[in-house]
Amino acid sequence: MVRPQFSQLDEAGRLRHFLTTEGLCRETLTDILDTAESFAAVGKRAVKKVPLLRGKTVVNLFFEPSTRTLTTFELAAKRLSADVMNINLRRSATVKGESLLDTLRTLEAMHCDMFVVRHASSGAAHFIARNVAPHISVMNGGDGRHAHPSQALIDVFTLRRHKPDFSKLRVAIVGDIAHSRVARSQINTLLTLGVREVRIVAPRTLLPPVPEALGAKVCLSLEEGLRDVDAVMMLRIQHERIQGPLLPSIHEYFQCYGLTEKKLAVARPDAIVMHPGPLNRGVEIDSEVADGPRSVILQQVSHGIAIRMAVMSMILGRRNGVEEPG
Amino acid sequence: MNINPAETTALLKSLATELGAKLGELARKDPLIVGIHTGGVWVAGHLHQALGIVEPLGALNINFYRDDFSQSGLHPQVSASELPFAIDDRHIVLVDDVLHTGRTVRAALNEIFDYGRPASVLLVTLVDRGGRELPIQVDVVGRKLSLTPGQQIKLTGPEPLALEFQDC
Repeated sequence: MVRPQFSQLDEAGRLRHFLTTEGLCRETLTDILDTAESFAAVGKRAVKKVPLLRGKTVVNLFFEPSTRTLTTFELAAKRLSADVMNINLRRSATVKGESLLDTLRTLEAMHCDMFVVRHASSGAAHFIARNVAPHISVMNGGDGRHAHPSQALIDVFTLRRHKPDFSKLRVAIVGDIAHSRVARSQINTLLTLGVREVRIVAPRTLLPPVPEALGAKVCLSLEEGLRDVDAVMMLRIQHERIQGPLLPSIHEYFQCYGLTEKKLAVARPDAIVMHPGPLNRGVEIDSEVADGPRSVILQQVSHGIAIRMAVMSMILGRRNGVEEPG
Repeated sequence: MNINPAETTALLKSLATELGAKLGELARKDPLIVGIHTGGVWVAGHLHQALGIVEPLGALNINFYRDDFSQSGLHPQVSASELPFAIDDRHIVLVDDVLHTGRTVRAALNEIFDYGRPASVLLVTLVDRGGRELPIQVDVVGRKLSLTPGQQIKLTGPEPLALEFQDC
């Protein structure tokens, strides 16, 4: 069966769903980042809420455990005045044997406007977006090894705040590239936004079979990968996704690829260090770096709310009519 | 029919004078000036300077408070709101370029109250073109005009400021 081409954009090129950063042009990505800047200011006010999505209902459909992503999606929707439901499908109807499509039909019948989906299988958010009723939009909160687009935008938003001129930047992404949905979305976003050089740094066993296909420079040694970089994006070693003997031992991984102040010395003096969380201290990152002056890890968490507010409001507020005069 | 830069400057001058008089008459001491993006901020900047206000100028981006969000969505590339002062128990002068339906002012008032509880809010606009759809009134106005619904008026700026008319 040939499926018609499915797009996350509507006929006018606006976001209808948000499933991946792939296929999004520089203008759209920049629009999201600029909108998020306005929302970041809202988070600093006494009343951290705006009435944009009043009356809308957002459902967080989480098939995989998550604290930070779930919390920031929930807070983002609440700060936009939407009603939010969190449904943990690991211990819900699916366990009782209900099929995914039946679960979706049930939620659709409750007149929801948006599903935020996190799932352990690649393509889950796409599948749901293809199968939901037309009035529902889907945001991908991470699907398998495929994509985690909002996380990538958080990272570039954080990077842009510290280093606004992307054309001069060298960025290293370090760690488990093979299993990381974050890495794929990061590489794609950084390249679209015109970063000078993107490097991926990992042992052969944690790289995909053809790493060059990702469009980044491949470095097998951490020292080579970190030399003169402006930013380091660390990835979590995903114990739950790594099967078989890919790593000799955690200790050895830390020796070779764990980020320490000493190894960071070859990077530019003003380089910043990012990590999408949760941290495995002493595995991919040393506490001295994670808590040190170059770490912007907690800023990434705050920015997560602003980015998700921006994307949610852009999707649910697509222009249908003409601008009303003031 | 356009109002050229020289006339606009004269209009701003008389607006500042009238505002000063109004504030005196109402005994509103130490007012804070807040403009609505984008044209309102330009006008507010002039008033802020003319009245010699010490505290910084405030700016509102009412994008997140518009009542037509579900029809027209977000309007990108407008800077964030910035009220760099505490507004509780303060007298606020809210400034916009053109007053029309009153919906922008309604949105701005809602946003202001998310920052705190001001003692009072005074509305100042450069032009009142009529056509109100909400019970909103202007306290100090530069010029009143009667325009048909099809006519548009737009403040161009920031330097020099001028008013342009368009027939749609």
